[in-house]
Amino acid sequence: MFERVREVLADQLGLEENEIKPESKLKDDLGADSLDMVELIMAMEEEFDVEIPDEEAQNIRTVEDAVNYVEQYETK
Amino acid sequence: MKRVVITGMGTITALGKDVDTLWNNIKAGNCGISKVEKFDTEGYTCKVAAEIKDFDPAEFMDKRAAKRMDRFTQFAVAAAKQAVEMSGVKVDEEDENRIGVILGSGIGGIETFEQQCNVLRDKGPGRVSPFFIPMQIPNMAAGQIAIEYGIKGVNHVVVSACASGTDAVGEAFRNIKHGYSDVVITGGAEAPITPLSFAGFCSMKAMSTTEDPSRASIPFSEERNGFVMGEGAGILVLEELEHAKARGANIIAEVTGYGATDDAYHITAPADGGEGAARAMKLAIEESGIEPEAVDYVNAHGTSTEYNDKFETMAIKTVFGSNAYNLAVSSTKSMTGHLLGAAGGVEAIITALALRDGFLPPTIGLQNPSEDLDLDYVPNHGREQEMVYALSNTLGFGGHNAVIALKRYEG
Repeated sequence: MFERVREVLADQLGLEENEIKPESKLKDDLGADSLDMVELIMAMEEEFDVEIPDEEAQNIRTVEDAVNYVEQYETK
Repeated sequence: MKRVVITGMGTITALGKDVDTLWNNIKAGNCGISKVEKFDTEGYTCKVAAEIKDFDPAEFMDKRAAKRMDRFTQFAVAAAKQAVEMSGVKVDEEDENRIGVILGSGIGGIETFEQQCNVLRDKGPGRVSPFFIPMQIPNMAAGQIAIEYGIKGVNHVVVSACASGTDAVGEAFRNIKHGYSDVVITGGAEAPITPLSFAGFCSMKAMSTTEDPSRASIPFSEERNGFVMGEGAGILVLEELEHAKARGANIIAEVTGYGATDDAYHITAPADGGEGAARAMKLAIEESGIEPEAVDYVNAHGTSTEYNDKFETMAIKTVFGSNAYNLAVSSTKSMTGHLLGAAGGVEAIITALALRDGFLPPTIGLQNPSEDLDLDYVPNHGREQEMVYALSNTLGFGGHNAVIALKRYEG
């Protein structure tokens, strides 16, 4: 799952995959601004066929948060 | 009033991704027009364009920054980088509040617009990108250049269709002439070769239907039947003369006048006899403080449409009288295609180089001129000729007429 999330992040943020680690903070470490965050959430919703409400999206701060969110949804 | 000079230039066109390559191609009379490859032209009445086949934004800017820009902004930023480097201006050593950016673009981020329309239709409003608006708005090209260099002075984009690039250069010239700025980055950028935009211009019957790329953009020829779309950017660094001298800048040419008028006649057709274009040329000549006889060369709008070339020729005769036959008039769109809002930027560069090097760029493909089109269009081959003053004309849908006057730099 981490690999798939990493792929989405690399694509959306124009980063190399090896720059992205589970503990990376989306804003501070990966440089995502508010517009990037909106687009990232959309891309994850698309890739994993999930819906991430705005209030949940606010809690996604690290790569790991994103992985956990998607995994949690997929096991439901 | 301050004097204004050109100290840097950069360009991205189908005829080269730098100024030297473009100028060498222009001097050699090479044509940048080819079959459109970006999308399938089945069902389109026009099949050719001056398309840039090998543009990689990563050559000029950060990959991530490029991803947040429409293609027209990528062209602008790439050309601005060349222009700033050539000028030698170091923004961090200057008062950044006295440096500005004034660009022109006719339709801005139309590619982004189209892509996001498709997203809206196929996936709904919740999937429209948050970058849609900031990538689409035409002013973002100027905004991105400011961000790239930390340029904090005047910053906007002029929108006057095919006159945009020249209007931008004219506004930049005035901004420096009247003392508001020391340096202004100017010119135009356009990326209009997209399925919807191309279809729109086809429907207007404005574009050439000739499939042979070498016979499609043939300004002033009897068999001309429309313009050929191009894409790219032409960016110039304009600078106050004393400011440029103080830092030992290499001066390419001087900007001496600007004329802007409107036909107030029809949304797309030029006014009879090109009367609006004639008024704009007169204004640019007047501001230069010269008589029309002092002008050696006119880089014409010369789109290869029936009416433009006819009326622009009439306008030149109105302004120059019998002297119209003594000056050289050429349309470099025969080689570059028509870059719409970027045309004025690219043609200002070509005109400046023509003055600097004493070389008249040709109108290529001119085999059979119309009977009433009887000026010296520098047919097919460029030639060496010393020149002092030149005009660059651009005329746009909406009846916009913009003309700048340039002078060989003589100290």
